[in-house]
Amino acid sequence: MSEGTVAFFEPNELQTMVQSTARKYAQESLAQEAARLDREQRFPKEQLAELAELGLMGINVPEAYGGAEAGAVSHALALMELSQGCASTTVTLAVNNMVAETIVKFGDEEQKQRYIPEITSGRFTAASFALSEAHSGSDAASLRTTARLDGDSWVLNGSKQWITSGDVAGVLTVWARTETGVSQAKGISCFLVEGGTPGLLVGKHEDKMGLRASSTVGLTFEDMRIPKSALLGARGQGFAIAMHALAGGRIGIASQAIGIATAALTEAVRYAKDRKAFGKPIGDYQALRFMLADCDTELAAARLLVLRAAGHKEAGQPYTLEGSMAKVFATEKANRACDVAVQVHGGYGYINEFAAERHYRDVRITTIYEGTSEVQRIVIGREVLK
Amino acid sequence: MDIELSEEQKLLRDTCREFADRELKPNAKKWDRAHEYPREAVQKAFELGLGGVAVPTEWGGAGMDNIAYALAIEEISRGDASVGVTLSVNNSLYCDPVMKFGTDEQKERFLRPYAQGEKLGCFGLTEPQAGSDAAEQRTTAVRKGDRYVINGTKNWITNGPVADAIVLFTMTDLSKGTKGITAFVVETNTPGFLRQKSDEKLGICASPSCTIFFENMEVPANQRLGAEGEGFKIAMGTLDGGRIGIAAQALGIGVAAYEEAREYSKVRKTFDIPISQHQAIQFMLADMATELDAARLLTLRAASLKDRGVRHSRESAMAKLFASEAANRVCDKAVQIHGGMGYSKELDVERHFRDARITEIYEGTSEIQRLVISNALMK
Repeated sequence: MSEGTVAFFEPNELQTMVQSTARKYAQESLAQEAARLDREQRFPKEQLAELAELGLMGINVPEAYGGAEAGAVSHALALMELSQGCASTTVTLAVNNMVAETIVKFGDEEQKQRYIPEITSGRFTAASFALSEAHSGSDAASLRTTARLDGDSWVLNGSKQWITSGDVAGVLTVWARTETGVSQAKGISCFLVEGGTPGLLVGKHEDKMGLRASSTVGLTFEDMRIPKSALLGARGQGFAIAMHALAGGRIGIASQAIGIATAALTEAVRYAKDRKAFGKPIGDYQALRFMLADCDTELAAARLLVLRAAGHKEAGQPYTLEGSMAKVFATEKANRACDVAVQVHGGYGYINEFAAERHYRDVRITTIYEGTSEVQRIVIGREVLK
Repeated sequence: MDIELSEEQKLLRDTCREFADRELKPNAKKWDRAHEYPREAVQKAFELGLGGVAVPTEWGGAGMDNIAYALAIEEISRGDASVGVTLSVNNSLYCDPVMKFGTDEQKERFLRPYAQGEKLGCFGLTEPQAGSDAAEQRTTAVRKGDRYVINGTKNWITNGPVADAIVLFTMTDLSKGTKGITAFVVETNTPGFLRQKSDEKLGICASPSCTIFFENMEVPANQRLGAEGEGFKIAMGTLDGGRIGIAAQALGIGVAAYEEAREYSKVRKTFDIPISQHQAIQFMLADMATELDAARLLTLRAASLKDRGVRHSRESAMAKLFASEAANRVCDKAVQIHGGMGYSKELDVERHFRDARITEIYEGTSEIQRLVISNALMK
C-alpha cells in the first residue's frame, strides 16, 4: 500500500492552462479530423506541427530546451484531453515527449542541445523509442540487437518491431546489447540515432486494429554506424534507462486510455438520451444507466490514480508502483468503458459512422503497449510483496 | 495538485492504527462470536476524539476535517468493522445533522456530549417498507400544542440498542410526500421509545442494531431539527456524508483482508515455494492493492469536497459504490488465497468476508449509488 501522499487534484493555474489549451485543440481540431485520419491511415503531420506550436511537444521538458516546463501532472492532463480528440495523434505526441524527457534525464549537454529543441519545436516530425523486438516484448532484457565499438563508431546490427513513428523520427532512442558475460539486463546500452542514418532500414507499416493514423514500423540496422558520442548515459545503463522511461510512459498511456474512454462515455451518454426504445429514451432504462454509472465511477478512480502517479513523479518521489497501478487500472477500465459505449450504441456502435467504433479499436492497445497489464501486475506484485 | 496529508491528519491516522492494533484487532473475533457490543473499546475510541472528528471544538468535537475522519474510520475498521460503523454512525449520521441543522440550545444538549464521546447517537430513517425508497415514510408526528406525538416503526437502526439519542425522521404531512418529512432529535429514554431485541446479522456482529417502535411518544416542538418538511433534505444531505464513512469502513475491512492475505501468502508453501511466488496469487494481490488505492483516492476526494463545502453527492456515491464493491472483491480473494483456512473462523479473514457484505447495502445500496451517479451523468 502506498502511503504518505494523497492527491486532491485541484489543478493549479499552470496546469489548468495546459489542460484548457489541450482541450480546445482536441475539440476544435483533432476531434474533427480523427475519423478521416483513421480511415485514410494518414499520419497527423500537420496536427503534430500545430501541437508543437502550442507548446505541447515538451510539456514536462525544461524551458531551456524549448519545453513548457509545466510538469508531469500537466503532461497527464494534456494527454487526457488530446486523446479525447484523436488517440493516434496523442500516442505520437506522447512518445515524442517521452523521448525528450529521456534525453533530458540521461543525455549530456551536447546531446540535449542537439536533439531536444528539435523535438519540442516540431522541427523533428517525431521521435521514436526503439526497444521492442520480434522476440522481445515484455521480456525486454532479452533483446538481440547488438552494438560493437569500432574505432570512433558504434556499429549496430539487428531489428526492432512496433516502433511508433520509426519512419518519420528525427531522432530515435535505440537499445542494443553491448556487453556479454554479464546479466542480460546489464549488457544493454542506449543510443541516440538520427533519422536517415545509413544502414537504418525502415520496414513495412503495420496494419493495425486501431491507432491507424499513428505510424508503426519495423526497423532493421545493417552495419549501421553511429558516432561514439551517440551513447546515451553510460555503457550498460540502457536497461535502467528504458525502465525509467517506461515508468513515466505508463502514466502517459494511462492518460491516453482515460481520454479515449472519456470520449466514448460522452458519446454513449449523448446517444442514450437521444435514442428511443419502447417509447422512451434508452438512457431512461436502469440497465443502461447503471453501466454508464459504473464507467463514470471507474474513470474517476482511474484519473485519481493517474494524477497521483504524476504527482509523485513531479515531486521527485518514487512512482513505479503508482505508475503501474495507474496503467493497469486505467487501461482496463477504459477498455470496459469503450465496450459499454459500443453496447449502448447497438448496431451503430459497430459501424464507423459513429466514433464509438474507433474508440473501441483505439483503446485496445492500451493494455498492451508500454508494458502489458500482466507486466504491470508483476511490477505491483513485486512491490507489495517486498 | 498533489497534497501531502497534514501532520495532524497523519497523527490521527497513526494513533487510530496503533489503537486498532492494540485494542481492536486482538478482540474482534471474540466480540463477533459473542455478538457483544464492545462498550469499553468504543469508550476508549471516544477518548481519542473519535466521537465527533469533524465537529468543531467549540461543540466538543476534535475540530478536524473530513479527510481526517475518513482516515480514522478506515484505520478503526481495519481493526474492527463493527466499531468502525458504531463511530461512523455517531459522527456522520448523528452529530453531522445536529451540527448543521440544530439550534444552539439543541447543540448544547444533543451535540456536545455526543461529540465529546460521553453519549452515543443513532439515525432513524429506514422503515420496514422504506429502505432505498426512503420517501415512503410511515412514522407520523402529529402536532399537539407545543409537542408532537410520534407513532411508527424504524428498523435496522445501527447503535439503536445502546444509543442515548436518535435523529428521527417522521411524516408531519402524509399528503406532501418528501416535503412532508420532518426530523427530530430525541433521547432514547423518552416514554414511548420501545426497542426490540437486537438483530441477528451475517456480519458486523459486534455492532448492535434493532427495530424501534414509537408508541405515542411525545416530543417537545423544540426538539424538531430544522423546519417542518425539511426532513428529506436533511436525510439526503446527511447520507452524502455518511457514505464517506461507509466507504472508509469498507476500505478498512478490505485493507485488513488484503494485508492478512499478503502475509499468509509469504509463509504458506505449495509445490515447494511460498504461494506468493505463484503468479496467480501475485496478480490477485496486485489487483487487490490497486483497487484499494483507487477506493481510498475516491473516498478522500469526496471528503475533501465536503471539507470545502462543495456539493459532493456524486463523488460520495462513487466512493461508496467503488469502495464497498472493491472491498467485497478483495475479501473474496483474501478468502481464496487462504484456502480452507479462509473458511475457518480461526482466522480473521472469514469475518472480514462477512463484515464487508453489508457495506454494499446500508446507507444506500450499490443500486442507489448508481442512480445518484447516473442522474448526475445524464442530467
